[in-house]
Amino acid sequence: MELPRWNCCGTVHALAKDDVMHHLAPVRVLLRVEETVEAGLVDEPRVVTLCAMCYNTLKRANHLYRNDSDKRRVIESIMEKESRPYGGKAEVIHLLELLKELGWEKVAKRVEKPLEGLKIAPYYGCLLLRPRGFGVDDPEEPRIMENLLEALGAEVVDIPFKSRCCGAYHTVFMKEEAAELSYKILRQASEMGADVVALSCPLCMFNMADRQGLIGRLFRDFKGIPVLYFTQLMALAFGLEEEAHLDENNPDPRPLLRERGLWR
Amino acid sequence: MEKEGKMVTIYVMGKKHRVPAGLTIMKAMEYAGYQLRRGVGCRGGFCGACATLYRVKGSYKLQAALACQKVVEDGMYIVQIPFTPAEKKLYDIEKIRPTPNVFVEHFPEITRCLSCNTCTKACPQDLMVMDYVQAALRGDIEKVVELSFDCIACGLCAIRCPAEIVPYQVAQLARRLYSKYILGLSEEVEKRVAEVEEGKFDEELEQLKRLPPEELRKRYESREIRV
Repeated sequence: MELPRWNCCGTVHALAKDDVMHHLAPVRVLLRVEETVEAGLVDEPRVVTLCAMCYNTLKRANHLYRNDSDKRRVIESIMEKESRPYGGKAEVIHLLELLKELGWEKVAKRVEKPLEGLKIAPYYGCLLLRPRGFGVDDPEEPRIMENLLEALGAEVVDIPFKSRCCGAYHTVFMKEEAAELSYKILRQASEMGADVVALSCPLCMFNMADRQGLIGRLFRDFKGIPVLYFTQLMALAFGLEEEAHLDENNPDPRPLLRERGLWR
Repeated sequence: MEKEGKMVTIYVMGKKHRVPAGLTIMKAMEYAGYQLRRGVGCRGGFCGACATLYRVKGSYKLQAALACQKVVEDGMYIVQIPFTPAEKKLYDIEKIRPTPNVFVEHFPEITRCLSCNTCTKACPQDLMVMDYVQAALRGDIEKVVELSFDCIACGLCAIRCPAEIVPYQVAQLARRLYSKYILGLSEEVEKRVAEVEEGKFDEELEQLKRLPPEELRKRYESREIRV
């Protein structure tokens, strides 16, 4: 179920030592998780995120709150109007981790339309893997998205740039530089034979998909490649075409999927 | 002269006054000799005109209240905020639509919200202001309406917000969109307006106009109150 009450996590974990203000938002979300358990709506204080940024921000704020008693005191004093202080009990997991926990065989059993013949390059970016100890998998050799895509029947294309940065928020004030970073990743995926790129983070999605127009203007050899959330690929494989919302992707992945016999 | 025990000391814009305990800030100011022209309205906690900031001696916390509702405390430093400087965003309700991005388009500064909850702490109506700003951020118009329904636009949230958001304007946009595009026209109101225009109540009104004050008062006091 969706948390009955939640706020934006802030999207970036604040690294400045004296910056406590930016930890309030994620800690408040973690408190809501405990409140949801107390209200009897869920059994365990576990919160699942789809977004790599939420995952990273919540998880790191949780660690900070549990281990830095000074900051914890300051956060508690600012959050005085809450029902009570956050107890540090919430666990943050990514949907990929939950799927792994359920087991890839179980996921495979749900597949109605295997993504056969579709070559997918999984792209992790930064926040799903780094820093070590806060990622969904080993930061050097992640396998979790590969395992999922294989369970969906797809062919995985392993690209060396799968954990390179897409340019992140540089896309706001240095969009050409961000576009160049994304271009290198996408070009490598194409060169290695991938049909599409799969990812989790909405900022990566913006830089690597929505910015392809700019990338094409900056780099004449760029041909374009569809980028999809891993959840969209799951929906497609599970036979939930409408839920995949493929009409919202830019560039449109449907012509290519049609070619592969995966779209009507 | 009243007994010393029943008096408290307050500071209105730095000036010390002894006032009877138990008065609201507004009445205490009037007791001290202030003639209120701005920062006063309905005196009943509904209009939002008497926004007030204060600190109590010995506390670092800056607090907010309505002067007509908050009772004075000993050692209170008080200043009234009769007006909130805020840019009035203009939009044509006929042209805009209840889309998820409508709030960010008109109030891009809401993306600066850190969830610090200062606005909620400042709200004299005890609304969950931060939660409705967050709902606006994700385009949940109905949630904004639900959480902001009792807003009186006193402006205290906007004065206190460190991200310089003007929450009550965001909420107003939500309620306007909600009533125009989601709730739609109310049949009852349409019907009643038509009745008024047809003159259904004219005669009754004329009768009331001719009544002597004592009779009017009697009727007022014995009126039927439906909740």
